[in-house]
Amino acid sequence: MNWHNVITIARKDIKEVRENKSIWIPMIVVFLIFSVVLPVIFILAILHTAESELMTEPMKTFFQNMPTSLTNQIAGMTLEQQMIYLAVTYFFAPLFLILPLMVSNIFAVDSFAGEKERKTIEALLYTPTTDKELIMGKLLAAFVPSQIIAWIGFVIYSIVVNLTGYPTFGRIFFPGLLWVVLMLWIVPAVSLFGLGVSVLVSIKAKSFQEAYQISGSVVLPFIAILLMQIFGVIYLSIWFTLVLGLLFWVVDWIILYIGTKKFRRGEIIANMV
Amino acid sequence: MTETNVIDAKNLVREFNGKRVINRVSFGIKEGEIFGFLGPNGAGKTTTVRLLSGVLAPTEGSAWVMGYDVRSEPLEVRKVIGVLTETSSLYERLSAKENLAFFGHLYGLDGEMLNNRINELLQFFGLQEKSMDKVGTFSTGMKKRLSLARALFHDPPVLFLDEPTSGLDPEGARLIRNHINELSKEEKRTIFLCTHNLEEAKELCSRVAIIDNGKIIAIGSPEDLERDLWQKTEVEVNLDEANNEMLKFIRELEIVMNMRIDKEKIFIELGSQNDIPVLVEEIVHKGGRIFSVNQVSHSLEEIYFRIREEKK
Repeated sequence: MNWHNVITIARKDIKEVRENKSIWIPMIVVFLIFSVVLPVIFILAILHTAESELMTEPMKTFFQNMPTSLTNQIAGMTLEQQMIYLAVTYFFAPLFLILPLMVSNIFAVDSFAGEKERKTIEALLYTPTTDKELIMGKLLAAFVPSQIIAWIGFVIYSIVVNLTGYPTFGRIFFPGLLWVVLMLWIVPAVSLFGLGVSVLVSIKAKSFQEAYQISGSVVLPFIAILLMQIFGVIYLSIWFTLVLGLLFWVVDWIILYIGTKKFRRGEIIANMV
Repeated sequence: MTETNVIDAKNLVREFNGKRVINRVSFGIKEGEIFGFLGPNGAGKTTTVRLLSGVLAPTEGSAWVMGYDVRSEPLEVRKVIGVLTETSSLYERLSAKENLAFFGHLYGLDGEMLNNRINELLQFFGLQEKSMDKVGTFSTGMKKRLSLARALFHDPPVLFLDEPTSGLDPEGARLIRNHINELSKEEKRTIFLCTHNLEEAKELCSRVAIIDNGKIIAIGSPEDLERDLWQKTEVEVNLDEANNEMLKFIRELEIVMNMRIDKEKIFIELGSQNDIPVLVEEIVHKGGRIFSVNQVSHSLEEIYFRIREEKK
């Protein structure tokens, strides 16, 4: 494989998305909502709510079903601190995963279905590149920005929650080991999951909108994780996160294997007839 | 590849979902030749280009470009060809320079060599001043010129041009046609030209093939095709006084096969070209004063429609 071609394709795709405000402006908005607005509102809401009102029925259920490991983590904290810690560390985690997922999804859909829709892919298919170089270039173009944005988001999120929670904690309380595992193990796996689904959908889809709408449904498992956590069905312990990550890596491998097998320039051009 | 053919197609077949869109297409194209591929929309012109460029695999049959098999050596084929697609296929969010640089990189050019080639092509196609402008702001003509520059970037010996002048104003079309002529005549590039502009084909192509419903229904030089269709020679005679007696005289000449008068012009059908001087001699001998005698030639459009009509 000629990596020079792979990098050339990836760089071009990233530049194209960067030039498309209709793609990156909504991305920045979502990024700010997840990394800044939501955590700040949530922490301030806790700080400005009476302790008696904080203990709602779902929260009571959550506390009752909480595993011992988690109880030990928050032992010795005030109720306010416990609520902030749980929200910032556990409830926001699945929500935060949506960010790299969304970025990789948009980049991949624009790169595959978008190029097909704009009919720019034809000239690219006539170049002396192999099918593998084409798909690798396009995967890289979606994967790298999703990781960069996830890490920038993580740093900003860490600063924001520590600053907002500092008056209550009086120390830096975030991130813990769970988020390190999350960033290093789950985030790349989740991005690849979004990418893989987008590639599969984009090969057949005729337009960006069609591909984006179908592949957009990849966020559903993460909303399910969030809800299951709130209702105490599961909770993101380190072991659970490691197993979940492994599961995603396996699914990623299967999806990407099928995707790369199906990605043939003849197939793409045949769909353009 | 046969000894002299740069492009060789042998019984090419392509099916999509069981439907045959290219049906046993065969031809050979020599170095420096401009070969016209004519046909209505959906006849199979673009699919043939895709087959010959190694992008689409043939269902049956074989083809070679510069000796490379399109089925087993598609990468080698794509290295020696340049393709001008029907739609510009340019990245509209990028500048002209960025577009060319991207494709240049994929053809293995870098650094100073890449920049020099970009500048050379932008200069040649009159786009130097717009080099940093986004392609989305370009006119159709400018996009066509930039696409042609992209197709020529790696100096390929074989060019596939799909409707190169469609959507252009007469001036823009003339400019592109001149470029195509230069590429063939001066630079000896072999050009496969898909078009449904018949005048353009007649002006540029040494040979043409007419494709309809995926099948080649005629192939040859426009002159050969004309000769095959109209075996008799027709001349238009301009006489000083074409009175009834003279017309009767001409009609009764042994060499005259048919005669018609259309808008005061006399059209005479003869057995062959050799009969033209005999006809002139007879008329002059009879006292007729001839202003002009012109052999009637048929436009490629007439040839095209006659062939399609006959093959129906």
